[in-house]
Amino acid sequence: MDIKGGIMGTLTIGCFASLIGSTNYDFAIKLAEAAASKGHKVNLWFSGNASGSPTKGQKHLKDYSTAEKYLRALLEKGVEVCTCEACSLARGVTKDRAIEGVQWNAMHWYLAKIFESDRVLHIGGE
Amino acid sequence: MSKDIKLAFVVHRPPYKSENPRLGATHAMSYQTVEILLEDGQTVTPTLCYVGDGVLNCLNNQKAMELYGVTSIETHIKNCLLVDMDVLVCKEDLEKFGISESRITDAEDMGADKKLQIVPYSEIKKTIDTANHLLFF
Repeated sequence: MDIKGGIMGTLTIGCFASLIGSTNYDFAIKLAEAAASKGHKVNLWFSGNASGSPTKGQKHLKDYSTAEKYLRALLEKGVEVCTCEACSLARGVTKDRAIEGVQWNAMHWYLAKIFESDRVLHIGGE
Repeated sequence: MSKDIKLAFVVHRPPYKSENPRLGATHAMSYQTVEILLEDGQTVTPTLCYVGDGVLNCLNNQKAMELYGVTSIETHIKNCLLVDMDVLVCKEDLEKFGISESRITDAEDMGADKKLQIVPYSEIKKTIDTANHLLFF
């Protein structure tokens, strides 16, 4: 990801942390936003506990992290966001409850994005 | 154009305490279907490595279905062996726990040719050093 010469890179972030319970998820979102703002191509994969996060209708209580408004902003910037379908369904997150624009796929989506990436940051779950 | 990406999936957490070790094995396994999203000649080669507390994932006779009603990590490891994935276990960490080779799983009952490989950490480090990307679980 050589930005010195103006060449933009591709960053894939795998986020496995829960939305609430640590700030790892928040870090992943902020990093995605920062990289996308610099012009890099960013892919964001949710698996494990992170796959419970891309739901709409989240109420932002100030004591808790929130995802919806930030994910919508990332999607606006062209970040590809994908959640593990099995992980989401197992957590009761169905497509009709999911944020529009978030992709649903299986783990090979993550591997395929890694394949085309210059850098991969895998943020594990708790 | 032909291109192969090597991925090292390093599992260092113990089984069942969290979902991570399971996801390590299942994500590694997904290399079997990734080609549907890649071009001809593009491949992903995973190596699944167990280190530290992660070596406990490799014990045989796991009873996860009976106790928790979920597929065992052992089953996932067996499936990885069945599709000829390289699965490495750190020899020093097994010794630290006093785990003998007889307590390590294999997939012979499923007809796998591949065996789980007990190797010194130096071998695992070589895998890590030569991987294009590292994924820690």
